[in-house]
Amino acid sequence: MSNNLKPHQWITLTIVATAASLGDACLASSMKAMDPVKSPQQLIFVLADPKVLLGMLLLIIYIISYMRALTQLDLSYVLPVTSIGYVVMMLLAVTFLHERVSLTRWLGVFSIVVGVGFVASGPPATSHISETSE
Amino acid sequence: MNTVPLQSKTVESWFAIFAVVVMTTVGDVLIASAMRRIQFPSGSQLRASLFVRPRAVLGEYRFILGLIFMALSFFSLLVALNRADLSLVGPATGSLTFLSNAIAARVVLKENVDRRRWLAAVFVCIGVILVGI
Repeated sequence: MSNNLKPHQWITLTIVATAASLGDACLASSMKAMDPVKSPQQLIFVLADPKVLLGMLLLIIYIISYMRALTQLDLSYVLPVTSIGYVVMMLLAVTFLHERVSLTRWLGVFSIVVGVGFVASGPPATSHISETSE
Repeated sequence: MNTVPLQSKTVESWFAIFAVVVMTTVGDVLIASAMRRIQFPSGSQLRASLFVRPRAVLGEYRFILGLIFMALSFFSLLVALNRADLSLVGPATGSLTFLSNAIAARVVLKENVDRRRWLAAVFVCIGVILVGI
């Protein structure tokens, strides 16, 4: 990715790219294993599930990292770059869950990687200097 | 028994998908704008953390509005999922949001969305569609 990124920005973007997907995976895995929820009261008991709590924690970490990334980097940079999370998730699914991935999906992964390559080769922030000096 | 004509259901589905895209984009732009307006202390990367200035973040009306739009986006998503299959709603909202955000970043946030970023938005958009279908 771009050489203009500082190490802590790399870390923040990596967390943004992976935390939401991991959080969703935790929630999905736990909710799928449960009987269908029929009343809102049942959802309170869902909160006692460690996987649900872990999923919520990951989603909180995601939103804080996302906000932090936006304090320093362009929105039109952060969103495409962090879409690499789709690719990471698919590779994890193939490696650890032994899921079969169709050719169409591999083409999608390739397209995302190309897109990330385009945006990452440019400057990560273009409007912050002028705005913050107002 | 479903009495809604198929064509009308398709229109409703796309209207809901369009609503998700618009709400998400407005929410993203508001949150990005709020984060940019807050003067974070420079210097140490640790001090620039959001934990240092939670009051500044919560006191910024754009941030609160952004959260409201994100919530509206979530409810629009539920409506969209009620009208159409996840295999359509997921890729459609995911991919169109990349394009709408690039446009909003250029027009509203005045970011320098050059050719590289447009190409990135288009490639990621196509990629999300292919991964989602």
